[in-house]
Amino acid sequence: MDYFVVGYYALLIGGSCLAAYFQQRSAFLLLFTLTLVSFVVGIVGGQGALWTITVIAALLALAAGTSYAWREFLVTISGTETAKAFRTMPLTASFGLFVIFTYAVMGIFAPVIAPYGEAEVIGGAFDPPDENLLLGGDQLGRDMFSRIVYGARNTVGLALVATTLAFVMGAVAGLLAAVKGGWFDQFMGRFADVIMSIPSIIFALLMLSIFGANLYVLVIVIAIIYSPRVFRLTRAVAGNVVVMDYIEAAKLRGEGTGYLIRREILPNSTAPLVAEYGLEFCFVFLLLAGLSFLGLGIQPPTADWGSMVRDNATLISFEDPTPLIPAAAIALLTVAVNFVVDWMLYRSSGLKD
Amino acid sequence: MTDSSSNKQVLLDIKDLRIEGYADEKWFEIVHGVDLTLHKGEVLGLIGESGAGKSTIGLAAMGYARDGCRISGGSVDFDGMELTTSTDSERRALRGSRIAYVAQSAAASFNPAHKLIDQYAEAPLNYRLQKKTEAYEDGMQLYERLRLPNPREIGFRYPHQVSGGQLQRAMTAMAMACRPDLIIFDEPTTALDVTTQIEVLAAIRDIVEQFDTAAIYITHDLAVVAQMADKIKVLLKGNEVEEADTVTMLDNPKEDYTKSLWAVRSFQRDQKERPTDGQPPIISVKDVDAAYGDVKVLQDVSMDIYAGMTVAVVGESGSGKSTTARCITGLLPPTKGEILFKGQPLPPKYTDRDRDQLRQAQMIYQMADTALNPKVQISEIIGRPAQFYSGLKGSALKTRVDELLDLIELEPGKFYNRYPPELSGGQKQRIGIARALAAEPTFIICDEVTSALDQLVAEGILKLLDRLQKELNLAYMFITHDLATVRSIADEVIVMQRGKVVEAGPKLEMFQPPHHPYTDLLLSSVPEMDPNWLTKLLNERGVDNVGEAAAVSGGIDS
Repeated sequence: MDYFVVGYYALLIGGSCLAAYFQQRSAFLLLFTLTLVSFVVGIVGGQGALWTITVIAALLALAAGTSYAWREFLVTISGTETAKAFRTMPLTASFGLFVIFTYAVMGIFAPVIAPYGEAEVIGGAFDPPDENLLLGGDQLGRDMFSRIVYGARNTVGLALVATTLAFVMGAVAGLLAAVKGGWFDQFMGRFADVIMSIPSIIFALLMLSIFGANLYVLVIVIAIIYSPRVFRLTRAVAGNVVVMDYIEAAKLRGEGTGYLIRREILPNSTAPLVAEYGLEFCFVFLLLAGLSFLGLGIQPPTADWGSMVRDNATLISFEDPTPLIPAAAIALLTVAVNFVVDWMLYRSSGLKD
Repeated sequence: MTDSSSNKQVLLDIKDLRIEGYADEKWFEIVHGVDLTLHKGEVLGLIGESGAGKSTIGLAAMGYARDGCRISGGSVDFDGMELTTSTDSERRALRGSRIAYVAQSAAASFNPAHKLIDQYAEAPLNYRLQKKTEAYEDGMQLYERLRLPNPREIGFRYPHQVSGGQLQRAMTAMAMACRPDLIIFDEPTTALDVTTQIEVLAAIRDIVEQFDTAAIYITHDLAVVAQMADKIKVLLKGNEVEEADTVTMLDNPKEDYTKSLWAVRSFQRDQKERPTDGQPPIISVKDVDAAYGDVKVLQDVSMDIYAGMTVAVVGESGSGKSTTARCITGLLPPTKGEILFKGQPLPPKYTDRDRDQLRQAQMIYQMADTALNPKVQISEIIGRPAQFYSGLKGSALKTRVDELLDLIELEPGKFYNRYPPELSGGQKQRIGIARALAAEPTFIICDEVTSALDQLVAEGILKLLDRLQKELNLAYMFITHDLATVRSIADEVIVMQRGKVVEAGPKLEMFQPPHHPYTDLLLSSVPEMDPNWLTKLLNERGVDNVGEAAAVSGGIDS
């Protein structure tokens, strides 16, 4: 028994007692359950297991603290109307926004932040981390950290472009289908069904091997794969708006389709569409990383998270976590975007408790 | 506790009830200390305009507060049990078995995926009061008492297979399933036609009397509450105005507010005659047939609407009133016949009409909530037609919008930059009127414009429409099922039933006998302020000769 274990249990039990005394039911339950679990884990796994629990708890606390401070920061700097939205934001959404913000800064200022160029060979293959190579070297001796930073720009940037294109195509088609109805609606719907019936990875692989793996083809292929989902959602959302009396009034006034879509329908369907945009972004991003992993996405020597995972994959068998770093970068962004999307969906659906 | 006016036992005793609502991150009080005492077997009517806290108090009587509301003070004592401090499970044990609730919209409250009788049997089975077959048998008996057609069979239908009035009665039966001590009726007949309303009222009153159940009857319709309640409580903005026996309250109200409620239907306008200058009517509908797909909904409908006149089109839902309006506006091209505008035929489809033709006929909708785009500013809602038809821009457009806002008696500076959800129901309806006026039409279709509004607000809208008609010489086609509205504003009346015009003529003639039998049924079904009206009517006609039953029986088909 050394001081760590004594302090560990003292803190937990003291915390539980305080929580119980001040009638913080949920805090007490959490702390005391953790204490009981720690007894078992401590006996089975020894001191090392308790350290792991401590580190996890500390990381969670750090993330929560950052999210809280970030939320307060957003509330302080924004105007009254947006501040109100931010104040009611859950910590998860705040965490998501923080991560997205960090990635954006990383991508935009990549050349400033990265110590070396993305294709620059600095040391030997698979060099261990030191003060020059913060995360070590990759299979050609390039700086892993610099490549991660540049990867934020390349992978995320490309995913943004592809998502936006998919969104514009899908949303315009969906709105037109909802307003026009009739055979146009039927035609677009069946066309979307046809695209959706083809497995997306296989479709992408096919197209990329026919037209060659360059960036333009990549963006267009991904946009085509994902636009039917956007089309369906937009059509459904706009379909609910189109039957409202104010649309009838505008039609009877003699307004054209353009005005109907722009001024009457779009303002009433932005919330679900924006949420869908976030969600689609995750899918596009993952597909892009997957294609890169297969060697058909962004081509070397351009840094890209998906191909970085593949290039360093051999290291996994030597218990080296390097290939997991780009993978973690992908996972973190996906989770962050989903947190934000969840919050937006909650707001737009008007759910309460 | 004893009460001098009644020696019956007190069932529900609410003292200084305070309820708070949550909005804009603040709690604020919406019910400010209301007292309420209800004895066993007594029926209390709660009336007031929307936002008066009627439903909130009704729900609080079950110890329940809606999402975003909380009971912040006072006590609710139900038969010796304090509901504000009891636990959820204690309250749950009361609900359904000893307190039941009948909601306004039965169609929205039934689960569409289960048969009526299964939903009926849910509570007795849950509380282990009856076995399934017993509950079924009991349900059929209740259906019979509520005079539902085919009581042994109707329970095995799904909610969408029966009519609105039948559904509302099935719901009352459901509330009765465990023979509760208290039932809360939250506007049970507001969504129904007058003819169906009667049978629901008669059924509810009978069953409440038979089982000696206490009830709280929430409504904004005074004539209805006069039939149902032993005593009436008037509410205004979460405060009690006064409480008295029904007879005292009707004959001799003390407070000014109550008197103003009673006086609402006083607005009446003289009947105008058709102009004799030989001008063709503004709108003339000639032998129009119309159909949705294969279902024929209009048959040989003809009507003439002259400049400056109000033509009321009445009939129950499904009688083709709104469909006629859709034919006139061109949303539903007729399959036969034509629509003339000042003697000139209009293209049947609205897409084929030119801007000037579209401008001439405007619509005001029933539900202002869905008629105004919630994400568009008032200035644009009103300004757009002016901009679209007259090409106004910049300051000329702003002047025009200000002028229109003045015309509908709303202060321009206050409303210019606001959005529809921030306005009250009456204000929204006024904005709808302003939007129609912005096009400078000669003819306006008013589709049930007052039926979603409180009586005081509705009267304001009617007066406004009347003033505008005088100032701008507008012609109105006034679609409604409310005959009181017709009496106050119409010049001519057209009665429709099942897609046909059954009777038409000047208002004064139409309200004098002899009537067409259907008109007679409609007229006699409008509740009156006399507390004995329902009893008298039932005695005159017999219980099987009101409402749907009467409309279906022979002799009325023309």
